[in-house]
Amino acid sequence: MNSPAHDYQLSQLDLLEAEAIFIMREVVAEFERPVLLFSGGKDSIVMLKLAEKAFYPARIPFAVMHVDTGHNFDEVLALRDERVAELKVQLIVASVQEAIDSGQVVEPPDGTRNRIQTPVLLDALEKHRFTAIFGGARRDEDKARAKERIFSFRDEFGQWDPKNQRPELWNLYNGRIHTGESIRVFPLSNWTELDIWHYIKREEIELPSIYYAHEREVFDRDGMLFAVHEKKQPKPGEEVFTEMVRYRTVGDASLTAAVRSEADTVDLVIDEVASTRVTERGATRGDDKFSEAAMEDRKREGYF
Amino acid sequence: MMDILRFATAGSVDDGKSTLIGRLLYDTKTVFQDQIDAVEKVSHDRGDDYVDLALLTDGLRAEREQGITIDVAYRYFATPNRKFIIADTPGHIQYTRNMVTGASTADLALVLVDARKGLVEQSRRHAFLASLLQVPHLVLVVNKMDLVDYSQEVYENIREEFTQFAAKLRVPDLTVMPVSALKGDNVVTRSANMPWYEGPSLLHHLENVHVASDRNLIDVRFPVQYVIRPQSDEWHDYRGYAGQVLGGILKKGDEVIVLPSGYTSKILSVETADGEVDEAYAPMSVTVRLEDEIDVSRGDMICRPNNQPTVAQDIDAMICWMDESAPMRVGAKYSIKHTTRTARTIVKGLQYRLDVNTLHRDEEANELTLNEIGRVRLRTTVPLMADDYSRNRNTGGFVLVDEGTNRTVAAGMITEAS
Ligand SMILES: Nc1nc2c(ncn2[C@@H]2O[C@H](COP(=O)(O)OP(=O)(O)OP(=O)(O)O)[C@@H](O)[C@H]2O)c(=O)[nH]1
Ligand SMILES: [Mg+2]
Repeated sequence: MNSPAHDYQLSQLDLLEAEAIFIMREVVAEFERPVLLFSGGKDSIVMLKLAEKAFYPARIPFAVMHVDTGHNFDEVLALRDERVAELKVQLIVASVQEAIDSGQVVEPPDGTRNRIQTPVLLDALEKHRFTAIFGGARRDEDKARAKERIFSFRDEFGQWDPKNQRPELWNLYNGRIHTGESIRVFPLSNWTELDIWHYIKREEIELPSIYYAHEREVFDRDGMLFAVHEKKQPKPGEEVFTEMVRYRTVGDASLTAAVRSEADTVDLVIDEVASTRVTERGATRGDDKFSEAAMEDRKREGYF
Repeated sequence: MMDILRFATAGSVDDGKSTLIGRLLYDTKTVFQDQIDAVEKVSHDRGDDYVDLALLTDGLRAEREQGITIDVAYRYFATPNRKFIIADTPGHIQYTRNMVTGASTADLALVLVDARKGLVEQSRRHAFLASLLQVPHLVLVVNKMDLVDYSQEVYENIREEFTQFAAKLRVPDLTVMPVSALKGDNVVTRSANMPWYEGPSLLHHLENVHVASDRNLIDVRFPVQYVIRPQSDEWHDYRGYAGQVLGGILKKGDEVIVLPSGYTSKILSVETADGEVDEAYAPMSVTVRLEDEIDVSRGDMICRPNNQPTVAQDIDAMICWMDESAPMRVGAKYSIKHTTRTARTIVKGLQYRLDVNTLHRDEEANELTLNEIGRVRLRTTVPLMADDYSRNRNTGGFVLVDEGTNRTVAAGMITEAS
């Protein structure tokens, strides 16, 4: 940022960073109990970096919460714990496994845990009385997300009503709520996947190694490559083979697919993302293939 | 350096806004294959004759069922020169507030008109709102030229009528172009179907319109958002005022005044987490430290002693009413949010209600209902640090919030503060 004779123009990354920091500070100034949802994926890692910057040199003034499906990649949990320790923030883990064990939710027969995350999330938010919840969702991810406000009002059931959103003008965010209601806040709304990667490069942000190309045992299901994982085993007839792959998104290991890739450095990933012809969710998420409006439906139920 | 252009669509229902955005994305090859596949599948299943490109932005279930846009969709694409943030807004009058949401942050508005229908009330309303919000660049897009045989006469008539209407508004930069969103004429490349049109394609215009000069680099405006006070030994005496610069340029050593208190001091440093910066300007998020220990808190404004906003409790403003459950009435009280300051306010008077078609001012009106626009006088519980909206969109804009329902009920643009 020390370009001498300039025209007072910010680069697109600086604009996005400034906007995200502004949003985070608004939330902390106006809400008593904010929390940041942290999955260990690239977007939440970037969001945590922005939180660190927004309040520097003070510590991040809110806790971090992980809705743990129990289907994790080890590399992701390791980095989560490392970052949390480094930043000295409180980590709250809301465990889907515990919710299954206590009978609060029922595991679907296919073993996928995406949908049953929602009641676990809502329960944890209620228990800790969180009123503002930072999420790392970006509008370029999905057509329903593309419709959502930066401050997204949720009723006392955590539900999103897409036909009745609050107007949101300039940078004036309305955070007024009644008891039991909450606001989901999306500081990365205007970032694209490519912006995220440019930022990761610029800020030299460490990511779980699975974001970079590596050899892995995989099998092909519905045109997507799944890692052989404790929770995701090939069915008879599905052949296991070794491939150079990387992950474009990191979620529940039983649902997130890898993509064929040789990109083992940030620069190569940037080149790959810049030239890809498929969205990250389209390439990697089993959960969104079910129906046309999968994301909208989940959001209505209270999903991130 | 890559910059960003934010633009919004506007215009009446079915004039082709979403189709135009779909076409722009499709023809610039900035849509992903799986999104195209999904849209083709929906169109095919519905039995459409051609792929409905509007589905690329109309992402809600209800929108697809009804074939209209209900709320703003934000889409992103980039060419080698620019990143674009698109807000595709609804044309239906019921959802005007969502159009206002999309246009409030836009550098440029595309107002679409159906060439067969010409200007209708909703085109005028949206053009008026774009000018009220002072979107700096306006493009009148005469769409569906394929349905009028690419007639120059039809185009010229609409252009003429709109230019006359726009002359009564504040439109700093107006461009008019004939397109067919459905067929792609003049969207990304110039069309052979309209040789009489000599202007650029829409994309060419979007890539080249000059936006840098739209920012205010003169009036220093720094609303304090949050006070950073680390509770640690290392940073024991640190006290920094965090916020986003809304105007002017701040530098170390500058003399400043804090409003509304009027205390003065000098800037000790302007910082970010990456270190000190030489200069801060809009819209940077920074932390300002002052040489003196003075009382500064959220909602205060740091500026220069010789260039101050008006510190006022009486505010004249244009209001766009956005609530269907209750009208705005004189005497009613609301919560007002302006920069980082929140106060209470009472509506002291409604000077007039505006007819967006004729721009006639109805001075007898005593309330504003959904989507109506009028000029009001407000009295606030504490002073606001206000600029005319025409001078600074961010220190001149505010919203009203209903204290019972918590809904955002109005957008306001300050015309005068005293
Ligand atoms: N022939 C022709 N039809 C068009 C053109 N542009 C749009 N249409 C059709 O007009 C209809 C409405 O288009 P949309 O893009 O949904 O209109 P809209 O302005 O986004 O509508 P709202 O968002 O609901 O206000 C669709 O059937 C389009 O296919 C065009 O240039 N030529
Ligand atoms: Mg539309």
